[in-house]
Amino acid sequence: MTRLAVPDLCLVVLVGATGSGKSSFARRHFLPTQTVSSDTCRGVVSDDEGSQEATKDAFDLVHYIVGKRLAAGRLTVVDATNVKPEDRRHLVEVAREHDVLPVAIVLDVPPEVCAERNSTRPDRAHMPAHVVPRHVRELRRGLRSLAREGFRTVHHLRGAAEIEAAEIALEPRYNDLRHLTGPFDIIGDIHGCRSELESLLGELGYAVERDESGRPVNARHPEGRTAVFVGDLVDRGPDSPGVLRLVMGMVEAGNALCIPGNHENKLGRALSGRTVQTTHGLAETLAQLEALPEGEREEFTARVRTFIRGLISHYLLDGGKLVVAHAGLIEKYHGRTSGRVRSFALYGDTTGETDSYGLPVRYPWAEEYRGRASVVYGHTPTPGAKWLNNTLCLDTGCVFGGRLTALRWPERQIVDVPAERVWYEPVRPLVPEGPGGREGRPLDLRDVSGRRIIDTRHAGRISVREENAAAALEVMSRFAVDPRLLAYLPPTMAPSATSAREGYLEHPVEAFAGYRADGVRHVVCEEKHMGSRAVVLVAKDEEAAERRFGLASPGTVVTRTGRPFFDPSDGREAAVLAAVRDAITAAGLWKSLETDWLLLDCELMPWSLKAGELLRRQYAAVGAAAGASFPPALAALRSAAERGVDVGALTSRQEARDGAASLFRDAYRRYCWTVDGMDGVRLAPFQLLAAEGRSLAAVPHAEQLAWIDALVAADGTGLLRETGRLFVDTEDEASVAAGGRWWTELTEAGGEGMVVKPAEALATKDHRLVQPGVKVRGREYLRIIYGPEYTEPERLEKLRGRGLGHKRSLALREYALGLEALDRLAAGEPLWRVHEAVFAVLALESEPVDPRL
Amino acid sequence: MFLTISTSGGPDAPATDLGYLLHKHPDRAQRFSTSYGDAHVFYPEAGADRCTAALLLEVDPGALVRRGRGKGRGGAPDATLAEYVNDRPYAASSLLAVALKAVFASAMKGRCDARPELVDAPLPLTLALPAVPARGGAELLARLFAPLGWEVAAEPVALDERFPEWGESRYLAVRLTGRMRLAEALQHLYVLLPVLDGAKHYWAAPDEVDKLLRSGEGWLPAHPERDLIVRRYFQRRTSLVREADERLEMARLAEADDLELEELDNAVAAEEAEEAAEGEAAGTSGEDASDAGVPEAAPAERHVPLAEQRRTALLDALRASGARRVLDLGCGPGRLMQDLVKERQLEEIVGVDVSVRALAIARRKLRLDRAGSISERQAGRIKLLQGALTYTDARLDGYDAAVLQEVIEHLDEPRLPALEHTVFGAARPGTVLVTTPNSEYNVRWETLPAGHARHSDHRFEWDRATFRGWAEKVASRYGYTAEWRPIGPDDPEVGPPTQLAVFTRKPDADPNPKPAADPNAKPDAPEEHVR
Repeated sequence: MTRLAVPDLCLVVLVGATGSGKSSFARRHFLPTQTVSSDTCRGVVSDDEGSQEATKDAFDLVHYIVGKRLAAGRLTVVDATNVKPEDRRHLVEVAREHDVLPVAIVLDVPPEVCAERNSTRPDRAHMPAHVVPRHVRELRRGLRSLAREGFRTVHHLRGAAEIEAAEIALEPRYNDLRHLTGPFDIIGDIHGCRSELESLLGELGYAVERDESGRPVNARHPEGRTAVFVGDLVDRGPDSPGVLRLVMGMVEAGNALCIPGNHENKLGRALSGRTVQTTHGLAETLAQLEALPEGEREEFTARVRTFIRGLISHYLLDGGKLVVAHAGLIEKYHGRTSGRVRSFALYGDTTGETDSYGLPVRYPWAEEYRGRASVVYGHTPTPGAKWLNNTLCLDTGCVFGGRLTALRWPERQIVDVPAERVWYEPVRPLVPEGPGGREGRPLDLRDVSGRRIIDTRHAGRISVREENAAAALEVMSRFAVDPRLLAYLPPTMAPSATSAREGYLEHPVEAFAGYRADGVRHVVCEEKHMGSRAVVLVAKDEEAAERRFGLASPGTVVTRTGRPFFDPSDGREAAVLAAVRDAITAAGLWKSLETDWLLLDCELMPWSLKAGELLRRQYAAVGAAAGASFPPALAALRSAAERGVDVGALTSRQEARDGAASLFRDAYRRYCWTVDGMDGVRLAPFQLLAAEGRSLAAVPHAEQLAWIDALVAADGTGLLRETGRLFVDTEDEASVAAGGRWWTELTEAGGEGMVVKPAEALATKDHRLVQPGVKVRGREYLRIIYGPEYTEPERLEKLRGRGLGHKRSLALREYALGLEALDRLAAGEPLWRVHEAVFAVLALESEPVDPRL
Repeated sequence: MFLTISTSGGPDAPATDLGYLLHKHPDRAQRFSTSYGDAHVFYPEAGADRCTAALLLEVDPGALVRRGRGKGRGGAPDATLAEYVNDRPYAASSLLAVALKAVFASAMKGRCDARPELVDAPLPLTLALPAVPARGGAELLARLFAPLGWEVAAEPVALDERFPEWGESRYLAVRLTGRMRLAEALQHLYVLLPVLDGAKHYWAAPDEVDKLLRSGEGWLPAHPERDLIVRRYFQRRTSLVREADERLEMARLAEADDLELEELDNAVAAEEAEEAAEGEAAGTSGEDASDAGVPEAAPAERHVPLAEQRRTALLDALRASGARRVLDLGCGPGRLMQDLVKERQLEEIVGVDVSVRALAIARRKLRLDRAGSISERQAGRIKLLQGALTYTDARLDGYDAAVLQEVIEHLDEPRLPALEHTVFGAARPGTVLVTTPNSEYNVRWETLPAGHARHSDHRFEWDRATFRGWAEKVASRYGYTAEWRPIGPDDPEVGPPTQLAVFTRKPDADPNPKPAADPNAKPDAPEEHVR
């Protein structure tokens, strides 16, 4: 039996004459889906698997399929004769393009055997006799050049028996250590700072072991943690050999993993006798090695050379959740094997520009990174380790007088020690700047545009249609605040099921019954303030916002489409934020919630403050037109009646309509009042959404309302308004009746209505989200929505046929997206991930749904 | 919705003859079905000396919601809230015109079988409409009716007496008096009520224009406002329907935020959309309103609108740069694109705008909306993309030049760094042309109140020093050089109305990553082996 070693991700190119048994070989050793056959592709493009005319199109298709499979990281086998170098060249190119190794398996079968097999196959029986000998000639001629063509591995199987006995042995790639789950302590660029390394290892809990001269030679963690060195152990610093001795000892003892940095690479070449420039601190390392005691120098140097040669450029760890590479790694290179992958991992990429210090500007790959795996790297000295798009640079410039930094994984905890001194003067300050730098760095269009599917923790995959994303893009880019400050947009809310009660379209009884049916026993009714929705982000101070959101700001007050609520120049936003901030301080919430910022969901009043234009152009206009036309019409009807014309029925209808129009005017007027500066402005917070490291969306409403009440009580400005509430037990008739009475009183006094929410806030039934709230709107308020005359029995009957399904589904999807945004924010996920969910809420708001619901 | 028609008479010609002319008996109340609800005709007075007929339309609000436009997913018609709650049941809008035609068809045609001799006799008529929605106000009302021989009296209706600060509504209480044939009077109302009606939420039937032309046969050709009347009819037929199709998503977002659609979807001025829809886009469209009134540099020269001067300056700078593949970032409705298409040296012209509506208009203007209206080769040069400059966009990489014509001032100033990164840091075209108003020049606009911006969507307007400071900062940060040019007359005191900055990428700042002089000279990296 011959074992053929094949990497678990590679392109296997079968090479053999027609009739050599490639297809059956592929069938025996690989999945049908792994095999791309040129004959099949001939058939796909021409309906004839033997068509020679279709060759070009068939191979275009082969290359296309191979490309797609390799891009997706799938082992792929090409079943074609591949006897000519030019045929193989294309395949090697495709493999390189996707950074996988090409492997050739040559089926070297005598021409007679091939011809014999072909003669038994009807589709090949009439093949010209010269074809097989030609194939075999070409194959033999090309055998020796296969390695030169780029095939890293060539398996040459001679004769049918050897082919028969062959076994494929899939082998993992060197860089694939997904089975190791740590926990890990990933350590940044050391650059010969041996003493700081010892301190850091001590800080991390490792016990350092020393040789007889007291030099550290190993370190182990009592709990069996594994250290991971991201490279650049050497150069510039005071004791590169000391660092190497310790790290090599740990790696050899199985206590550490190590990937190479560009400095190891160069040292390795220098030690192998290649000519290199001894700049950037290499001279120091070589001198330190030279200074080793005579008897030890040679052996140590050889050990270093071997160690460096064996280093793998990057590792996939912990089930693929963690990738370490010295200079970072773009997602499509994860787990791949090619020269350019190694080059990227060691050196990163540059933009081709040089900065004012004459150093190359590094390509800001991390800014564009959108992968799910966390990439931890070093290479670029930065003032502090900070996550960016799920990547973290641990090079905090220890040798330049900064710190030596480690990341505990999976805890994601940063541990660092300060440099003992500046060991090496930096050429430039430790603030690297790619094009654009970090301030105001925009997100990428591909994070939001087009048809999208967003994975949510609470409701699975939610899709956004292209036209809805397009509308959201328009509003988001032209009107919304900076996405860094827009961590949430509120979901739409469905009304309660339609009431059959005479004269009513909505009534609390249906809301209570609905929740009872969903298994929600305890609900809270909250007074609905007819204002405008406002999401308030407030920071304890500008530095807090800068720390958390990357933007020095006191916070924002935004509308439900993310637009600033106030004109930035009129000072009212600042006044609202100051009042909320002071109330939070006075209520002690900064301390009790352990946060220095808060996100609040609120209603801002009066309605006329924001919706003034709409009120005047639509609601007041309707009222004005009605008010102008009924009096003369009624007067004319009365005159006609006096003349004896029978207009009685028409007159009473018109009188009723006139009455309805005046109720309509009363309805919208209740939510309008004149505001002068901050005078007359009211804010009713009703839920705290998020604080540092925490989504508060699942905190029960009793607790929420206690926070809110504390805020309102602590407010010294009169801005904050409390929210009336009543807790109802949906299984207790008396309680339900009390809820109904409460709503009736509220709405008869001119209130908009109420929202009924599960008391536990986040409720589920059969693992699916239950509506987070339903609105029950007052009878008079609904005139604004359904028209002045909607209470006419005939109209009401028609309206009762309203379909709530889509609105309810939309409300749930938006709710899940809002929760997702808050969860992503709490988990410290990258900005684009938070923005993706927030953007999707806005996009869904443009879905077609009955706007009266 | 209510209208009265009154006339006076004498012993030989009693006022009640009105009943014959209208084909409606003065002593009866009659009901007629129309497509928008029941219309009632009755006479509050019917004497020999004075007779008044009243038309009352009981609008069925359900009939107003657009039909046949595909249902929303909730099973309800796909409509905006404004289609459910609006003034149609009360105001004398185009619906009243439709009802007039239905109820008084014979009278309007001038047919009276019982008393044919009455038809041609002018009557002393008074038409009273308590609430006429009038786009253009009392002034336009007079311009429309006075030339036809009416004495026009109009009283504006207050929006809400409870809130006097809200001012007047768009409704007028109208009284028209004149001696006129009844048929003519009805035709006048039938044609002119829809012209006055500025409502967005009622869609006219496509054959209405033909009906208009027929109804106005006798008097419309000679009417001094004929063009306006016809144009408004065309708008109703084309742009409203088309716009409605294009803007539903935006309308829903506006509604979610209690806004008027125009407050959100204002990237293209409404008039311009209409012009484009009519296919008669004028040269100044797409420009900020005040541009048209730019003072001339030298009175003797032909007046060249500022917008045109700006495009000329941009085209000159583009030619000088040698660019072959260009981006028009913030292309709006595509006015500059139309000029770019004529530049034969340009191989690829890409217009980018965030407004779907602006792109739709551009598509029409550039004739990309119908296959076959321009050659495949021409169409291949032109691309329109929706994009937002506050997001980086890989599709914009690798172009020779980018134009940002009057774009930056439409972005909130704090968001400018994002645009800078997207254009100069990420897309990195060889040449970037940026124009923006010079706020110092605003004092020279006679029509612009002091301290006002030139366009309601301008988030800021910069003076020359601020613009230069910005351009210098951007150029040095991203490896460009910048120079400045005036566009329009360069006033010695306040400078030109528009300022142009030409950014040129420095040659060493090559956007295409190449192996560079790394401090740790980069060797050939060997491939990694596998076990």
